[in-house]
Amino acid sequence: MIINSRFFNRSELIGFVSLLLLLVIILPLTLDLFRLNLVAKYLTYAFVGIGLVICWGYGGILSLGQGVFFGLGGYCMAMFLKLEASSVANTKIQSTPGIPDFMDWNQITALPFFWKPFHSLSLTLLAIILVPGVFAFIIGAAMFKRRVGGVYFAIITQAVAAILGILIIGQQGYTGGVNGITDLRTLLGWDIRTDHAKYILYFIEVVLLFGCIIIAQFIRLTKLGRILVAMREQEDRVRFSGYSVANFKIFAFCAAAIFAAIGGAMFTLEVGFMSPSFVGIVPSIEMVIYTAVGGRMSIFGAVYGAMLVNFAKTSLSETFPQLWLFGLGALFIAVVLAFPNGLSGIWADYVQPRIDRLLTSRTRKRGLVVNGAPAE
Amino acid sequence: MLIGHQPKEFLLAVEALTVSFDGFKAVNDLSFYVEENEIRVIIGPNGAGKTTVLDLICGKTKATSGSIQFRGKELTKLKENEIVQAGVGRKFQTPSVFVDLTVFENLEISYPRGRTVFGSLAFQRDAAVKDRVQEVAEMIFLKDRLDTYADELSHGQKQWLEIGMLLIQDPDLLMLDEPVAGMSVSERAKTAELLNRIIRDRSVLVIEHDMKFVEDIAHKVTVLHQGQILSEGTMEKVKNDPKVVEVYLGH
Repeated sequence: MIINSRFFNRSELIGFVSLLLLLVIILPLTLDLFRLNLVAKYLTYAFVGIGLVICWGYGGILSLGQGVFFGLGGYCMAMFLKLEASSVANTKIQSTPGIPDFMDWNQITALPFFWKPFHSLSLTLLAIILVPGVFAFIIGAAMFKRRVGGVYFAIITQAVAAILGILIIGQQGYTGGVNGITDLRTLLGWDIRTDHAKYILYFIEVVLLFGCIIIAQFIRLTKLGRILVAMREQEDRVRFSGYSVANFKIFAFCAAAIFAAIGGAMFTLEVGFMSPSFVGIVPSIEMVIYTAVGGRMSIFGAVYGAMLVNFAKTSLSETFPQLWLFGLGALFIAVVLAFPNGLSGIWADYVQPRIDRLLTSRTRKRGLVVNGAPAE
Repeated sequence: MLIGHQPKEFLLAVEALTVSFDGFKAVNDLSFYVEENEIRVIIGPNGAGKTTVLDLICGKTKATSGSIQFRGKELTKLKENEIVQAGVGRKFQTPSVFVDLTVFENLEISYPRGRTVFGSLAFQRDAAVKDRVQEVAEMIFLKDRLDTYADELSHGQKQWLEIGMLLIQDPDLLMLDEPVAGMSVSERAKTAELLNRIIRDRSVLVIEHDMKFVEDIAHKVTVLHQGQILSEGTMEKVKNDPKVVEVYLGH
């Protein structure tokens, strides 16, 4: 009986170490700060991708509304930074000093109640996890307890993304409207716009990313991970094995939402603003595409998928702004039709076997040498 | 209604059970009782409502009216997973196993521990689990295939695996929907042997068409026709009932 009790098997360990080397050593040493900051921005989507691997790849729950949670996390962070940037001293030219500039422009004279907790960093950090988590729980409980699933669930999440996008744009006085929350400067007095800060933030993000990878891997390896796979195939059999299928779906959806929110909060820090263009339908679908391209069954695949598709987006959308969206759509169709397991599937089918062969032949050779060594 | 006052020794008491789909009564005012350690076979022509009865007991279909008492618990008010936890196991007609998981993992999921979200996060694959899985795998003729993905099993092996998944749940009432359908002759014999072993110490409700198989295992037979009981009793009695011969056994 081969029962793998190790946290990573060999190929996963290789994946983990090579990603670690790439993100911690290779990229910071070879890229200039502008490019590194772009990588940091791409990696914020990797958080969403990891969540989608758990929720969609394993649980079979396709959410086309991850932008909602990315946005909620990002907005929570942005609200804190905005309040700090809107000190009375900084905003004394406004008719109501001490509130964010866009509120003043919209004739709002007092800080709305839901902005008040964001004066505190610890409450903000808590909100980044709790707001999307609770919101996902409400959506999940409402849908999964009523056995809404599959395409219907995907459409509803998409509708939620549309609604939140419209709500943010419509409530300009409270949310900054279509411009989003901009002109973010400092985090507890530490200027996040300097070169030095960008390096520090990049490494904080990488640490968080590896934290999320480890949590996702932990979930995958527990019985819960296997129940998610089981549920994807035979929901009824899981139900008639004594499990409440809805609760497991809610868990997977909430976990994905929280991962996405961490990514969103890091996005705000890296890029320096948050706007509704990262919340609505299009970004939500793009997030699913990154995950599909990377491989929806692979945590590392999702990270590489997010980086590669966004890299392609940056470089191609500069050169062919009109064609880019068609290209992205074509990429998605190609991946789904030809490589349903994405890049990680191609890796596992074509590259991994060669590496394995190489490694086994080398160990065999080494074994021969040891055996052949003269006894002393 | 006073019929709710039934003697205690019945494990399962189905009373005045009715379900209608858009006016069509698939099960119509059905009452029957299953005792502890009884093996009851339900037979009947196609469309008689046999599978619907099992669906009603395990909660897959909600009853329109009537009651299902299991050890004094009203099952019609419970959710599917709560019915399983109360001690009712169900095998479906088509083998439903988790094809992307190994035989070991399939059996492990059915092990009755850590059934909540956080319970399953904390679940440890300890010696008790491994031993039980080994033991059941041996019973279902799959002990050498624990690491095989269920996808690669034959139809008969999948059926056995699903029976194994029920065994590991250790239900007090086991419901089997055509357990030997689609099996080869040798698989059929092995399954009969398997079923004869696992039906000890528990009550079993079986739907089956194979009359030889029914004769082998049944303590009591219930014949359903158009959602109602046509005849009930020992195989001998049912076989000689002219009504049964006319609608079912005759052809």
